[in-house]
Amino acid sequence: MNFLQSFKLAIQSIMKSKVRAFLTMLGIIIGVGAVTVIVGMGNGMENYISSSFESMGTNLITVSIQGRGTSRSVDVDDMYALVSENPDVLSYVSPTVSVSGTVKIDSEEPDSTTVTGVGEDYCAIKRYSIAEGRFLQYVDILRRQKVCVVGSYLAATYYDNNAIGKTLKVNGNTFTIVGVLNAEADSEEASTDDAIYIPYTNAAKMSWTGAISSYSFSGATEDSIDKGVTLIEDALYKVYASEDYYTVISMTEMLDSMTAIIDVVVMVLGAIAAISLVVGGIGIMNIMLVSVTERTREIGIRKSLGAKQRDIMQQFVIEAATTSALGGVIGIGVGYLLSSIASSIIVTLMDTEITVTPSTTAVIGAFSVSVAIGIIFGYLPAKKAAKLNPIDALRYD
Amino acid sequence: MAPLIEFKDVYKIYYMGDNVVRAVDGISLTIEKGEFVAIVGQSGSGKSTCMNIIGCLDVPTQGQYLLGGKDVGRLNDNKLAEIRNKMLGFIFQQYNLLPKLTVLENVEVSMLYAGVPKALRIERAKKALERVSLTDKLGNTPSQLSGGQQQRVSIARALAGNPSVILADEPTGALDSKTGRDVLALLQELHREGNTIVLITHDNSIANTAPRIIRLTDGKVVYDGPSGIKGSLVQTREEEAEA
Repeated sequence: MNFLQSFKLAIQSIMKSKVRAFLTMLGIIIGVGAVTVIVGMGNGMENYISSSFESMGTNLITVSIQGRGTSRSVDVDDMYALVSENPDVLSYVSPTVSVSGTVKIDSEEPDSTTVTGVGEDYCAIKRYSIAEGRFLQYVDILRRQKVCVVGSYLAATYYDNNAIGKTLKVNGNTFTIVGVLNAEADSEEASTDDAIYIPYTNAAKMSWTGAISSYSFSGATEDSIDKGVTLIEDALYKVYASEDYYTVISMTEMLDSMTAIIDVVVMVLGAIAAISLVVGGIGIMNIMLVSVTERTREIGIRKSLGAKQRDIMQQFVIEAATTSALGGVIGIGVGYLLSSIASSIIVTLMDTEITVTPSTTAVIGAFSVSVAIGIIFGYLPAKKAAKLNPIDALRYD
Repeated sequence: MAPLIEFKDVYKIYYMGDNVVRAVDGISLTIEKGEFVAIVGQSGSGKSTCMNIIGCLDVPTQGQYLLGGKDVGRLNDNKLAEIRNKMLGFIFQQYNLLPKLTVLENVEVSMLYAGVPKALRIERAKKALERVSLTDKLGNTPSQLSGGQQQRVSIARALAGNPSVILADEPTGALDSKTGRDVLALLQELHREGNTIVLITHDNSIANTAPRIIRLTDGKVVYDGPSGIKGSLVQTREEEAEA
C-alpha cells in the first residue's frame, strides 16, 4: 500500500464523519488561527512603528549630555562645527533645551504644553512644515529675540487659527508668535502639536544652569547614521574622557530596540497560543484512539488479507496527519479572516492604521507544526492499531 | 512433492491462570494440493484454533506447521502477513467485507497490500467477481447486497489473490439453507477447477459436501477419511459416551 492510497483512505474516512472530524480539528484550528493573528498583529505593530519613525525621520540622532559638573562642557559651536566639517555625514544640528515652567496665554494656563528651546534648523531636522509665518531664524537665536513658533493645537485652541503676531508668556517672559506649524499628530492636547518652540539661547538663559544638555542631529543620508554616531561620540569622548557622561542614540537604533521588544512580546504570546496546538494534538490522539477501537474489525479484516503492521500504522498516522493538516489549513483561513476583522476594529476603535498582516513564514510554520502534531499524536493510536492481534480483531463486535 | 499443508504433532496450549487449555493437542495431518477437506467438530473441539494456525493468523505452541513445504510456525508478524496475502484466501461466516468500500474495492484490497498495479488489480478483481456472477454489482457497497451476494463477494475476494489454499470458516453459518447450498455448490465448483479448499464447520450436512473429513474432538483428530461414513460425523456428547 503506497502513500497515495493511504491518503485517499484517510480522506474517505474523514469525509464519512464530517462533524466528528471538524470537532477533532477544532483545537488545531484555534491554535493555528491564534498564532496567525498574533504574529500578524506583531507585524502590523512593527510596520506602524517603523512608518511613524520614518515620518519623524529615521536619520535623526539624539545626543543627551549628563555632564560632569561645571568643569567641562561641550560648546554649542563645537557641535555646529561637527556638522559643517562633515557635510557628507551630518546635515543639521540643533540644541534642544526643555523649559520647565508655566505657560500663560492671556489668562489661561495650558499645563500640558511643552516648551523647547531649539535652533533654526530644528524644523528641518524634525521634518516639520510651517503652516503660517516662519520658523525661528539665526538672527532670533543670536539676538535672543523673544519670538516663538507654536504647534497647530495651540493656534487652533487659543488663537482661533489666527496666532501670528499674538503673544504668550513663558515663565513671565513675553514671546511673540512668528509661525505656526502644520499638524504633525492629530492636533490634540499633549500631542506634538501642543508645543511652543523658542530660541535655545533664550531657553538656556531661563534654565538654572544655562548649559545645553541635549542636541538633535540629522544624518546626511540613512547610511551615514552610524558614521555620524561615531563622529559625535568621538567628539564627546574628547571632552569628557568617559562614555558615562553622554548618550548618543540614533532613531534607527531606537527603532531596532523597539522592534526587538515587539518581537519578544509576539514570541511570548505566540508560544501561549501554541499551547492550544498541543491541546489540539491531544484531541486528535483521543479521537484516533476511539477510532482504532471502533475499527478493530476493519483492522482484523485488513490483517487477514495480508496488511502488515507497517500498512496499518501508515493508514492511521496518515489519517491523523491529514486531519491535523486540514485543521491547519482551516486555521490559517480563520487567522486571515480574524486579521482583517481585527484591522478594521483597530482602525475604528483606536483611530490608528495598524494593519494586521500575517507573515508567510508564520503561516507556513503553523501549517508544518500542525502536520507534525498529527504525526506525533497519531503515532500512539496507530501503534495500538498495528499491534492488534488479527484473531481477536476479527472476532471483535 | 511435499504436501501443501502438513501438521507435524502440533500443539496449541493456552495458560489461563492455573488452567491449561490444550486447544490443539498433538495433531498431525497432511492436505495435498487440490483437495477439498472439511474440518468438523463441536465448539471447543479446536477446529477454530486449527483454522487460525492453517490461516497463519496464529502460530503453534509446539510442533511444526509446513505450508508449501515451508515452516511458517516460526515466522514473525510481517512474514505471516505476507504469507496470508500471497497463499491464503479467507471466507468468513460474517463475510467480513469492508462496509465503506464498494464491491470491486473490497475484492481489490488484498492485491493492494500485495502491490499489484492498479490496472491489473481491477482486471483480476473483475474476473473474480465474474466467476461468482456479480458483475452487475461492482459499484455497490456491501450493505446494498443480500447475505448470499455478500458471501459471494468474499469468495471473489479470496479467489482474486490466486491463493494456494481457500479457508472457509462456517461460510454458510449466517445464510438461509437455500443460499447456503448455493455457496457450497460454488465451493465444490471451485474445487473441481483445481482449488484447494479447507472448510471448517460444526454442521455434518455441510461437512459432507467435502470428499474428505477430518473430525476433531478436544483438540485431537478422531477421524480422518472419506465422507459419508458413520464415524466421520460429529456426534453429540451422549452419542460419544455410548460409542
